[in-house]
Parts: sequence; C-alpha cells; structure tokens
Amino acid sequence: MELFMSLTIGVLFAVGVYLILSKSLLRIILGTSLLTQGVHLLLLTMSRLKTGAPPLLGEKADAYVDPLPQALILTSIVISFGVTSFFFVLAYKAYQKLGTDNMEELRGDEHE
Amino acid sequence: MNNLIVFPLLIPLTTAVLMIFLHHHIAAQRWISAVSMVLNVAAAVMIVSQVRAEGIQTLYMGGWVPPYGILFAADMLAALLVLTTAVIGTACLLYAFRTIGEQRERHYFYPLFQFLVAGVMGSFLTGDLFNLFVCFEVMLISSYALIVLGGTKRQLRETLKYILINILSSTLFVAAVAYLYGVVGTLNMAQLSTRVAEAGQGGVLNVIAVLFLIVFSLKAGLFLFFWLPGSYSAPPAAVTALFGALLTKVGLYALIRTFTLIFYNDPGVTHAWIGGMAGATMILGGLGALAYSDIPRILNYNVVISVGFIAFGLSVATQDALEGAVLYLLHDMVAKALMFFLGGLIIAAAGTDRLKEMGGMIGRYPLLGWLFFVLALALAGVPPLSGFPGKLLMLRGGLDAEAYGLTAIALASSLVVLYSLMKIFMQAFWGEEKPEFAAQPVKPSRTIWLALGMTAALVVLLGIGSESVYALVSQAADGLVHPQSYIEAVLKE
Repeated sequence: MELFMSLTIGVLFAVGVYLILSKSLLRIILGTSLLTQGVHLLLLTMSRLKTGAPPLLGEKADAYVDPLPQALILTSIVISFGVTSFFFVLAYKAYQKLGTDNMEELRGDEHE
Repeated sequence: MNNLIVFPLLIPLTTAVLMIFLHHHIAAQRWISAVSMVLNVAAAVMIVSQVRAEGIQTLYMGGWVPPYGILFAADMLAALLVLTTAVIGTACLLYAFRTIGEQRERHYFYPLFQFLVAGVMGSFLTGDLFNLFVCFEVMLISSYALIVLGGTKRQLRETLKYILINILSSTLFVAAVAYLYGVVGTLNMAQLSTRVAEAGQGGVLNVIAVLFLIVFSLKAGLFLFFWLPGSYSAPPAAVTALFGALLTKVGLYALIRTFTLIFYNDPGVTHAWIGGMAGATMILGGLGALAYSDIPRILNYNVVISVGFIAFGLSVATQDALEGAVLYLLHDMVAKALMFFLGGLIIAAAGTDRLKEMGGMIGRYPLLGWLFFVLALALAGVPPLSGFPGKLLMLRGGLDAEAYGLTAIALASSLVVLYSLMKIFMQAFWGEEKPEFAAQPVKPSRTIWLALGMTAALVVLLGIGSESVYALVSQAADGLVHPQSYIEAVLKE
C-alpha cells in the first residue's frame, strides 16, 4: 500500500513542479496546491499505513492508527489554505494592476 | 519549568490582537506597540540573566512531559537571539513611525509587525520541529503581508515571486519532517538528537539532513538566494531592515540548531555541503555587491555575503568558529538593521537610488555620512567595531580546522564588503553636489535619530565591550559544541 501511495505522491510532485515551471500565474498556483496535496499524503504515508481503528478511544480497539500525523496534516492544511487564498487574491490584484498573468512579463526593471 | 520564556512570544501576540481593534487610532497603536516592544526587551534581558545563572530553561506546554508535548527551551543562543530581536524590533518600530506613511499605518502595519516578531521569537525558542514549522509560517505570512502592503506595482510583482519561493520551501520543510518522522518516529528536537545518534547517522538520515539544509538555505539565502535581492528591494526601508536583520537570521538559526543538535554525527558529509555552499554564497554575493550601482541591490547582496560568512563558521564547527559565528550573528543583526536604516535615509535624501545620480551629500547630511562610514568599517570588521571579534574567532577556527580555501574566501569577502560600501559612501557623500537633489530636504525626526542612535551605539559597544559579551557567547557556543547539555536539560524528567 505504501508503494502505491509513494507512486501517487511522486506523480503529484511531478505534476506540481511542471505546473510551477510554466508561464501562467494561475497554473503556478495550481501547481503549489498539488505540491501541498502531495506533501500531506506523504505525511500520512510516512507514518505507515497499518490497519487500525480511527484514533477515538470510544472504539475500544486493539490497535489504532497513528494520531500524530493526522494532527500535523490538519495543521498544515489550514496553513496552506490561508497562504493559497492570499496567493489567489494577490494574483488577482497583480492582474488588475500590472495587466498580465505571464511571469515572463513580470521580470522587473530593464536594468535587472 | 519557567513560565518567563514564553513571554517573548506572548507579548507581541497579545499586542497584535489588541491592535487589530485599534486600527483607526494611529497614535494609540504607536504607543502600545512601542511599550510592548520595551516590555519584550525587559523580558529578554531577564531570560538572558536567568540562563546565565541557572543554565538552560525549559517550559512544557500544558504540563506534558517531553517527548509528548510541545516545549519551549531557552539555551544561551536562543536567549541572546531573542534579546537582539527585541532590541532590533524596537529600533525598526521607532524608524517606522515617521517613514512608513499613514496609509500603511491605517492598514494594519503594526499588528503585522507584531505578528512577525511573534513568529521570529517562537522560532528561536521552540524545541519541537513541527512547532518550528508553524512559527516559520507565522513569520512568513506576516512577511507576505508586510512586503506587499502599499500595493505598488513593484511590490506586487516581487511579492508574487517571494510567496512562490516560500510556499515551495515550506512544502519541502513538511516533506523533510515527514521523512524524519518516518525514520525516527519523533519530532522533539532533543529526542530526535538521541535517536539519530543511536541509529548512526548515515544513508537515509544524511539525505534527510541535506533536505533540511536545502529548506533552511532557501529561507536564509544560503547559496539559494536568487529570490532575495529582488524581493528585498521592493518594500520600504523599515520593512527591509526588519527582513534583512531578522528573517534570514531565523533561517541561519535553524541551520545552526539542526546541524549542531540533530545532524552532527557525520560532518564529513553534511558540514562539507554547508562549507561548499558558504563559499559559493560569499563569492556570488560578492560578485553581486560589486556589480550593481544602485543602493538597494548593493545592500541586499551584503546580506547574502554575511549569511555565507556565518555558514562558514557553522561548517567548521569548532568551539572557536561557533563562538565567532554566534558573535558575528548578533553583530550582523544589529549592523544590517542600521545599514538599511541609513540606506533608506540616503535614498530619501537623494530622491533616487542610483549612485550615479548622487554626490556631495556630506555638506548637507554630515552626521548621516559619518554614521554610514562607521557602519561600513564595522561590517568589514575593522578592529574597534563590532564586526571584528566575531570575524577573528571564525577565521582562527577556520585556520585551526585547516579549511584554508574557505578562510581565504571569507577574508576576501570582507574586502568586497568594504569596497562595495565605500563605493556608496564615496559616490553619495563626496564629490560635487548634484543639482537634482530632492526639493524637500530630509530632516530625520527624533524617533529616527533614536533608532539610528540605538543601533549605532550597539555597533560600537558590541565591539568595544566584546569582552563582556564574550562570556555569554562562549556559553552559547559551549551548548552548541556539546549538544548533550541541551538534551539533558530538556529530557531530564
């Protein structure tokens, strides 16, 4: 199971990196989202995908899954959610003011 | 257990929350933020004296004994950095009062400033890797907002790149944490250290160490600094001073902490990487500082050079070199803040940031000119000033460890720093007075003079009084050379 997850995460990373290297700003933001998805799955996978009850003591099971990575992922999700929404608004504002979403045209001053 | 060490985080955090409600009352915001920064300095002084007297202080959040809960740990390095951050933060705040502009003040400048300080303090004090990630994000998200606040075209353009790079490095940080958790099964730094040592660092742990090196290098601007010169020239001087003095140094602190506490077992691999990157950083940063003739670029490349310089001390990792690195880190935070303050004033006075269009300013602004001169000497490491003792110790460490090539690069980089800053001094302050000076002559207000005076006095005092600082610094370096003391203090129960 870990192998399949690793392959999926690898594909997510590859697609994310490919999108980040493109010219259009929206594709770049989508790329960062895919990367964060990949990394959250990686956190889940790296704590071993053993079968066990959900981490609720009421389940009274013999074995539970590791609760720590779930908390880490939850933290990371809300952080990346905040950053992504800020990034979207920034891209919108930049499009309004600079009139382009092409990163090639956002190089800067002529002497740089 | 010591509740005092959470105060450097708690004070700016509560102040920031309070000030969100007061965003129309600019005078109130100024007063409250200034008072809170002074309180923070007082708390930091108390922490330093406590760590000096009683050794490493720890605080277990919610009473959970490590490794199960989150903990704060203040060793001497963290305590000194917290104190420097509090002092520099105060200076930046005073400088911002008259330079940042009412528009920005109305739009939550002070709360964002306090959130940034809270993130920096948290990063210095935390004893948990994932908590470090969260504090990094607190710091970075406030820095995104501070860098774009004002919304000029240039700021928008550079912020897009800055955010992208930092999202990328944060993603890599989480990936590195995931790998490390997968291998050793803990996130508490002290327990990580023992488990990495037990596992015998090598193979996969070295790969993870290099991944951490890449992550923190992106944040600190060590070799992977391609984003830094552009991003740091976009925001106003008060914000750049805050970034140049604090943000890159947090990355450096994280590097020092990880590679002296967790991944210290195989220096042949990890520290060789750091050494190579440090050498390349000094060379490339030096080339940048020589190549450009506009003030922001020259100053930004000087930030890069000093990051490389401190990383050189870390890569050598003898007691001497680490003492030097800590001492130089403290000096550099102060001096870089002063450098950006003065740079901002020079640009405002000349009405341009191009050196070619400046000249003869010493007649109108003598004090500014001589302050800049003293600063240039201090950054280059001329003896009575603050840059000298740190540099000397690091070079001695480098020679003792027989890292001759790196030591030579480090020495040469001091010359480049001196040349690039003297270029600014001579072209801006000497020569014929250019007629196209800004019509309104710049008169620094009292708060600006206070900020300049504070940092300049520190630059001089850290040099002259380095003997008294040295006792503290060598205690910090002792802790870095012997990570066992940190582990025992944290895991003692």
